[in-house]
Amino acid sequence: MKLLRELTDNAGDFAATVGGVTLFLGRVLAQVPRALLRPSLIVEQIHNAGALSLVIIMTCGLFVGAVLGLQGYDLLLRFGSEDALGTAAALALIRELGPVVTALLFAGRAGTALASELGLMRATDQLTAMEMMAVDPIRRVVAPRFLGGLIAMPLLTLIFIAIGIFGVQVVGVQLFGVDSASFWSQMRSSVSHEDIGEGLLKGCVFGFACSLIAVYEGYTATPTAEGVGRATTRTVVISAVLTLMLDYMLTAIML
Amino acid sequence: MVSSTDASSAQRSAAAESLIARDLIEIRDLHYSVGGRSIFSGLNLSIPRGRITALMGPSGTGKTTLLRLITGQIKPTSGQVLFDGIDVSALKTRELYALRRRMGMLFQNGALLTDMSVFENVAFPLREHTDLPESLIRNVVLTKLQAVGLRGAAQLMPAELSGGMNRRVALARTMATDPEVLIYDEPFTGLDPISMGMIVRLVRHMNNALGITSIVVSHDVKELSELSDTSYIIAGGKVAASGELKNLKGHQSDIVNQFVNGLPDGPVPFHYPAADYYQQLLGSEA
Repeated sequence: MKLLRELTDNAGDFAATVGGVTLFLGRVLAQVPRALLRPSLIVEQIHNAGALSLVIIMTCGLFVGAVLGLQGYDLLLRFGSEDALGTAAALALIRELGPVVTALLFAGRAGTALASELGLMRATDQLTAMEMMAVDPIRRVVAPRFLGGLIAMPLLTLIFIAIGIFGVQVVGVQLFGVDSASFWSQMRSSVSHEDIGEGLLKGCVFGFACSLIAVYEGYTATPTAEGVGRATTRTVVISAVLTLMLDYMLTAIML
Repeated sequence: MVSSTDASSAQRSAAAESLIARDLIEIRDLHYSVGGRSIFSGLNLSIPRGRITALMGPSGTGKTTLLRLITGQIKPTSGQVLFDGIDVSALKTRELYALRRRMGMLFQNGALLTDMSVFENVAFPLREHTDLPESLIRNVVLTKLQAVGLRGAAQLMPAELSGGMNRRVALARTMATDPEVLIYDEPFTGLDPISMGMIVRLVRHMNNALGITSIVVSHDVKELSELSDTSYIIAGGKVAASGELKNLKGHQSDIVNQFVNGLPDGPVPFHYPAADYYQQLLGSEA
């Protein structure tokens, strides 16, 4: 009986959270048109979520590409087709690794920054003060941050993929001596616009999900140090799980 | 024979007098409960126009909750909060925001926007609500900062300010849009005597110079005795006493006496309700 009660309680909490996120999304989307009238606020948030994440995205992209080059070369060598390294690595990066790893890094860097910033604004009455000044915090604070994350994420995905391919090239061509011409030509002939579109679409969807989770968790955080900490942790955990679930669904639909 | 011009003039002045006579804020039979705990049970009070009203009471009596009810941040379980005759709890979000433009609230911690300078904080409501040219915004901001004595701190960030300066900047920001009523939530908490003196002087000066209505929530009996025109002491979910604070020192109510005279024990006990002391010491439970 106790287990059953806990299960129903958890199911109720889950349903309440999904309902809360949906209502919150509705409030944010309703303010998006007015937020778009002040592009400077959105540009500032693209800088915060995007430009400030560049170092971590580029560094990780380089090493993910390098590891992919090492593993890919070793695997393809067994079949005598190491010239296909460029194609294999590019497709893996463009369709899967690029969007997914970027989303996980985005949640860890920009998502936590968003959640903790909004949570602290709540804890220090800054959001309430805005409401008292008749300024809707959803319009002034949340919507620009949500849009900033939404726009920055696909751009970061493209940068991650480009740096990743460079990492593969460094290991495959420079280190193991894969023919440079066949590396690039096979990649160009095998990678289609649809592949790039799939990667970009995933980047947009993950950006939407991760930004929404971050602003929701921050905005609804309990106004205490513990509450802000919990909101930050939940942002990373929920974003990571949601990213991988959405990745499976999108891949299954687009294959 | 009275001419029609004289009659309409008399009507206008009667209407103006009636408006002045009407209290700005009226709270009628207010009930508010949260989590099954009753905070207010039939609270009635009036905030007169153009005067400084103190809302006082022991910790946990719901003074800040009352401010949140007045400003429409939360809705009462039953009863009415009337601001200039308008039922605050019945307003839609857009109407509530329109009403809040007539109010200003000073938070206990100042609640300055930490990513903006002092200047930008004071300019914030002007930029959000008006299309004033930058030169005019600059002049208004500098005027407000001059009024609180912090024109020289315009380029500092909130993290560089002391507690007293923080609250004075918040006051300048609140004043930027010239509200009709200023609500101060614990404005003296954590301030040294100099900063406290400055805030007291500013509250009185703003009230007298601009003719606005002020509501001050505080525990500080001494400061409010000098500052407030009228006061309400709230206890047990109702108004326990009202009137001029200096006249309440010999009040018949024990709780009012305990509060006004700062007695450590009385109706508000020193000890939080607990199990028997000796039994707990001999037992194993915490």
